[in-house]
Amino acid sequence: MALLNRLAKCKSMHLACHALRVDATSFTQHSAFSVSAVSAAIQKMTRVRVVDNSPLGNTPHHRAPRVIHVYTKNGVGKVGDKVLLAIKGQKKKALIVGHKMPGERMTPRFDSNNVVLIEDNGNPTGTRIRVPVPTHLRKLEGDYSKLLAIASRFV
Amino acid sequence: MAACIQRLDRAMFSIRLLRNVQLHNERSLSTSLHRLALDTEQTSKFTPPVKPVIIDKTQSVASLRKFLSPEFVPPRQRTKPIKFTIERKDMIRRRKVLNIPEFYVGSILAVTMTDPHATGKNNRFVGICIQRGGRGLGATFVLRNIIDNQGVEICYEMYSPRVQQIEVLKLEKRLDDNLMYLRDALPEFCTVDTDMKPQPSSPTGEVPVNKTRVRMLPKPWSKRWERPKYDVKGIRFDLCLSPEQMEHAQKWAQPWVEYDMLKEYDTSKLEEDIYTELQQEAAAAAK
Repeated sequence: MALLNRLAKCKSMHLACHALRVDATSFTQHSAFSVSAVSAAIQKMTRVRVVDNSPLGNTPHHRAPRVIHVYTKNGVGKVGDKVLLAIKGQKKKALIVGHKMPGERMTPRFDSNNVVLIEDNGNPTGTRIRVPVPTHLRKLEGDYSKLLAIASRFV
Repeated sequence: MAACIQRLDRAMFSIRLLRNVQLHNERSLSTSLHRLALDTEQTSKFTPPVKPVIIDKTQSVASLRKFLSPEFVPPRQRTKPIKFTIERKDMIRRRKVLNIPEFYVGSILAVTMTDPHATGKNNRFVGICIQRGGRGLGATFVLRNIIDNQGVEICYEMYSPRVQQIEVLKLEKRLDDNLMYLRDALPEFCTVDTDMKPQPSSPTGEVPVNKTRVRMLPKPWSKRWERPKYDVKGIRFDLCLSPEQMEHAQKWAQPWVEYDMLKEYDTSKLEEDIYTELQQEAAAAAK
């Protein structure tokens, strides 16, 4: 009898685990829509992850920050390109510091499209970047030296 | 009783005297020896003391296993074999300068490469090898690690002159040849300690196979790993998929491919020839 109870408990826990796994998107602040894997560089309408500690990037919102314009000749943004984001109902410029698309050999590929919020003059909005940042960003020493200074780790 | 004590005292005194005498003798002996030695030293040249030989057991010993790196085996192409022979010569030349150790998919490596933008010119990355691709001089391997809760992968070209050192921290195999599914696995299965010390492995014998089966993040995954074309053995499908889903995945099975004779590519003879060629080169270089 006790054995049967234990088996039943195990089964229910297993089902609950299943339910948790299926409903995984609910613990994030975004609505539970189907998320397909992004495997390309950054373009218009890509959802990005803000990796600095600015309040605008870290306060939760029901919509993920999206790219609405890429400041390049083609509309494709790679590491070091400036983009325009729509965050919390406002427009903000940002710099791409890592994307999911594999780039050159010997350069790192990240598991998420990372972006750092920036002002119009190139100064970062936040004060620290905790996530590792590719070293070839350093060639932007002139324009974004302050951003490189707040990066904690280079990969 | 008192007499015994007295005798004991005398015995101790005499022993002490003897000891002193012995010491005195030794001292005199030693000084005399030194004087003798000085005389001989002045005549012969100064011989410095023997340097202690430190045997570094952490350094990898050349493997005695019969191992041929997969990038030496040419693919089945219409190109002339001379292209592969020339490429192999260049690969051997590079290997004389840079030691590319034996490693498999699933081993933990540390690669130091030159980076003009990095502090100190060199950039070190530690990670688990998830894929070995390419043939010839363009052979690559992908290392994956999770740093500060961010998954990072770097695809290194093995024969690139930028690579300074390839160190195997842990030599092991996994259940699969391609660990790309680690991208969709729980982060604990990809995290490698950056300051890991190299673990010694025996140069002979079988390479240990790590039979861990990985737990996955909830679906959707980057690829449908349950489908038979990927033939993944290292995932705990019982924890993430129902038996109905597994059966549904089997609909994409192609059981006739195993018997397709046109797809057969037997590399055993080719591998033997290349292995003997490499051994001969190594022997010629050693002379």
